[in-house]
Amino acid sequence: MRRVYLDHSATTPVDREVADLMMVYFTEKYGNPSSIHSFGREARHALEEARSQVAGLLGAKPEEITFTSGGTEADNLAILGLAEARQEKGRHLIVSAIEHHAVLDTVKYLEKAGFALTVLPVNSAGIVELDEVIKSLRPDTILVSVMHANNEVGSIQPVAEIGRIVREHGAAFHIDAVQTFGKIPVNVEELKADLLTISAHKIYGPKGVGALYVRKGVRISPLMHGGGQEKKRRSGTENTPAIIGFGKACELAVQRMTEEAERVKKLRDTLLTGIVESIKYVKVNGPQGDLRLPNNVNVSIEFVEGESLLLSLDMLGIAASSGSACTSGSLDPSHVLLAMGLPHEIAHGSLRFTLGRQNTEEDVAYVLEHLPKIVERLRKISPLYDQFNKTK
Amino acid sequence: MYSQKVMEHFTNPRNVGEIPDADGIGEVGNTQCGDVMRIYLDIENDIIKDIKFKTFGCGAAVATSSMVTEMVKGKTIAEALEISNQAVAEALGGLPPQKMHCSNLAADAVHAAIKDYLDKRNKG
Ligand SMILES: Cc1ncc(COP(=O)(O)O)c(C=O)c1O
Ligand code: FES
Repeated sequence: MRRVYLDHSATTPVDREVADLMMVYFTEKYGNPSSIHSFGREARHALEEARSQVAGLLGAKPEEITFTSGGTEADNLAILGLAEARQEKGRHLIVSAIEHHAVLDTVKYLEKAGFALTVLPVNSAGIVELDEVIKSLRPDTILVSVMHANNEVGSIQPVAEIGRIVREHGAAFHIDAVQTFGKIPVNVEELKADLLTISAHKIYGPKGVGALYVRKGVRISPLMHGGGQEKKRRSGTENTPAIIGFGKACELAVQRMTEEAERVKKLRDTLLTGIVESIKYVKVNGPQGDLRLPNNVNVSIEFVEGESLLLSLDMLGIAASSGSACTSGSLDPSHVLLAMGLPHEIAHGSLRFTLGRQNTEEDVAYVLEHLPKIVERLRKISPLYDQFNKTK
Repeated sequence: MYSQKVMEHFTNPRNVGEIPDADGIGEVGNTQCGDVMRIYLDIENDIIKDIKFKTFGCGAAVATSSMVTEMVKGKTIAEALEISNQAVAEALGGLPPQKMHCSNLAADAVHAAIKDYLDKRNKG
């Protein structure tokens, strides 16, 4: 059966070149980078080269990069680390309503511990408005955290403008750039970031490794205590194969980014237009055009439920995702779609396709051939569609 | 995640549709996640002659609807009232724990349709 992977915002395959390089650091150059012998030194050398590669893609200095176990840990380190280091200065935090749970649940944890929290609303396209940021800043605000682009609807946030406002105010600014890094330019100077999170497995690197950019001069407390690795910011023997793979993935991303973004954007537009033209009662979630990630398609198909769509697509080998309540363990629809003001019924029929390097026009054509039939079948068994047809 | 039986019922649901002038109609909604199930009954001499359903919900919701229609077709209304949500889930080879609430819809919708039938009959 044909298999079409359209869930690249969830994770990506590891690039063959990356995997080959990693293998060397599992089996041959396996030294502990903290050891002084030649085994340790060769691992250290490769580790520091990876740090330079990651820093290079961000426009940062290598010493500003701390490797972590992934995006989740980097988000936690940024928020918990900064809150602990600055709590004497103030205890107010600001985040957007559409952050990843790695950010949202971390600030909610701090709120329980006595910090004050402001959650910024977003407009109907899923974008934070600058007025809201300005309004919410307080003298005791120590941290503002806004993601670069949203993982569900692909909305790109005005982080450079927010960064300017936050810096002027004197608070620290954290950006979760997991979904943009390697796809569109991410430059810590332009974005006025003090802290910035990235993750390898979204850019054809391995799972379980990420990094936090920490601007020189910004102090954060560590979460991990121990051997003092990563300049005491993150104790624990470095995951050298993964980190080196991450470096390689960055190098490949630099080479391919511009061309790949253009290519994928065309596929995205074909898919999005195709869906809207071939299926009635479809709503596009998130912004159109350049404010949208080049690889993101998110639509709500009315009168059908997301999990049913996913199961039907999966039977044809097509992998996608949904913000439907039925697909979440908590049975709540996506907090992102709700924050954008979508009613529950519309969030229920949401469907996300995220394109990547190996996708082709044939893949898009395959989806466009089958999706309308799936929707037709599910609408035939939908009491909501009946009701709609009777009352229209 | 789902058993083969669930997937089979999801892919080829039995008794989908409506019955015009049905003797009983039951609609239940799941306040937890917003799903809707509607059951239509054709009843003769207290026996369920025909049953149809329409469901908006996840794979488990569709499969349990389909399963329950098979289980009660040809049964007396007394027998149909005996069928529990648990029994429907078991007939499907079990459901993942987070999907047990979906099976509640199925038997509840049948019971609601029977109640509708009895109410109408008593009135009229
Ligand atoms: C925006 C965003 N932040 C954080 C994460 C978490 O990253 P990781 O899976 O590396 O822990 C993800 C990935 O799911 C994400 O999309
Ligand atoms: S109907 Fe929503 S989870 Fe089953």
